Amino acid sequence: MRRVMGIETEYGVLQPGKPMANPMLLSSHVVAVHAAARGGGRTKARWDYDDEDPLQDARGFHLQRASAHPSLLTDDPTRPAPSGDGPQELERPEVEEYEDPGAANVILSNGARLYVDHAHPEYSSPEVTNPRDAVVWDRAGEQVMLASVRALASVPALPDVALYKNNVDGKGATYGTHENYLVDRSVPFSDLASRLIPFFVTRQVYTGAGRVGLGQRGERAGFQISQRADYVEAEIGLETTLRRPIVNTRDEPHADPTRWRRLHVIVGDATMLEAATYVRLGTTSLVLWLIERAVSEGGSGGALAIVDRLALRDPVSAVHRISHDTSLTATVELVDGRELTALEIQREYLAAVRTALEHVGDPLDAQTQDVLDRWSSLLDRLATDPSQCAREVEWLAKLRLLDGMRRRENLAWDHPRLAAVDLQWADVRPERGLYHRLAVAGAVEMLVTPQEVEQAVAHAPVDTRAYFRGEAVARYGDQVSAASWDSVVFDVPGAQTLQRVPMRDPLRGTKTHVGALLDASPDASSLLAALGG
Amino acid sequence: MAGQERVNPRRDDEEPVDDAPEPVAPSAQARDAEVDALLDEIDDVLEQNAEQFVRGFVQKGGQ
Repeated sequence: MRRVMGIETEYGVLQPGKPMANPMLLSSHVVAVHAAARGGGRTKARWDYDDEDPLQDARGFHLQRASAHPSLLTDDPTRPAPSGDGPQELERPEVEEYEDPGAANVILSNGARLYVDHAHPEYSSPEVTNPRDAVVWDRAGEQVMLASVRALASVPALPDVALYKNNVDGKGATYGTHENYLVDRSVPFSDLASRLIPFFVTRQVYTGAGRVGLGQRGERAGFQISQRADYVEAEIGLETTLRRPIVNTRDEPHADPTRWRRLHVIVGDATMLEAATYVRLGTTSLVLWLIERAVSEGGSGGALAIVDRLALRDPVSAVHRISHDTSLTATVELVDGRELTALEIQREYLAAVRTALEHVGDPLDAQTQDVLDRWSSLLDRLATDPSQCAREVEWLAKLRLLDGMRRRENLAWDHPRLAAVDLQWADVRPERGLYHRLAVAGAVEMLVTPQEVEQAVAHAPVDTRAYFRGEAVARYGDQVSAASWDSVVFDVPGAQTLQRVPMRDPLRGTKTHVGALLDASPDASSLLAALGG
Repeated sequence: MAGQERVNPRRDDEEPVDDAPEPVAPSAQARDAEVDALLDEIDDVLEQNAEQFVRGFVQKGGQ
């Protein structure tokens, strides 16, 4: 079962020994050193903001810019959004645009975007079509960050930087790991939200990364399942930095808005464990498929009725309650009066997905079957002996290490060594990152090979438009002046104007579509001529 | 307090098995060996001054 998806990850950033270092500056070094290391040609392609609209709300209204929190203004609304399919002519700016170091931005040859978001370096993965590829290109992002850490360490004039693939600092700040899924536009947003909320509230029992400390500032000692749970404060909303909702309504499809929406999921944790990332995206994609059955011919075979009975009385407090209960026995109240555990609610979703799959009756591809098998097995084992899942579920892998330390050293949960383990778990350096040490010891399940990850650092997935973006940067990088999720802008010497190639369909621009064309185009101008520009 | 202790999970709707002590998965010891090896060398890996490291880990909020 294919679905266009991707993961954006903001990394925690530190200058070791210098807690007062400016995080924006450090983050821009992380991005800039990567650009410099790529060497040769013009690598400073800008982000093309033409199609971005972070203030568009999926519920159908538009937030006035003047009333928007400044952190929501992620676009640059200087030009109207374009339309049409062939290359479009754009005026060439007469002077070089000012390069704001805080706006450091690199488009990678693997189709990803590396840039500074707020005060963190962020890797936004290329679009992939399945959860396993999401793992591969997410792991590639860790390698991109590691390469920057190494490069900065090797240049005496630049600050050393440590990067952490986590979501909290334990002092009140949180930074995001956002999943994106392309969803059929004809599903009414209110149905999408209401059918997703109980799923997002409860999936943390197998997707959570684990966290030392309870409360937004870690004001109470203890261990909880999810990094992000305590920062969830609303059911549905547009904001991502305050009053964080379970379902985010940002409606910025980066694709043809009449056909798709991009569901922007902000409740998830960054996970180091490949199996955790895989199951998180795989199960979520299956639930989205189920919800899309409402507008698909043949329907769901009654499966959506199961889901509609799962509405929660108080979803926000349920997120907190479930995260704080490592025994997995806490119940939450449903609108219909039932009291169910997170595992029981997840079983209902699994049953609903299976009901709909049987109803539709199409043969399942191997990966979809694997996700279903893992989902089912995890729910069974989490209900009987959660410690059995420590190779696949991140909070249990982390807890196993923490419990070992607590036993040996007789530590209470408020001991700084335990908090240090939690943070250092996610250090991207293999010699410092405790996850990496466990992985080397064979204590976690690996799904992809180092060779696949290495390949994905340099190359885009071949089955989405990321292929065109990545190949354009790799082949004609010195003639790419900007790019975005749905466009590449070329600056060809001698041409009167810039030429913008729109990519409104995430499933076009694949190797199958444009591979031969690229191979036959020695330079950007021949490519543009072939594209009809 | 929630999260303070690992509680062996037993759902209310399950048949109580008998009052055997906390069941330990058969492979628990083998699994612990991997963690024990890391714990043996944890002082070489973990930040030497954990308290200072934790206090200095201050981030700005992101998305």
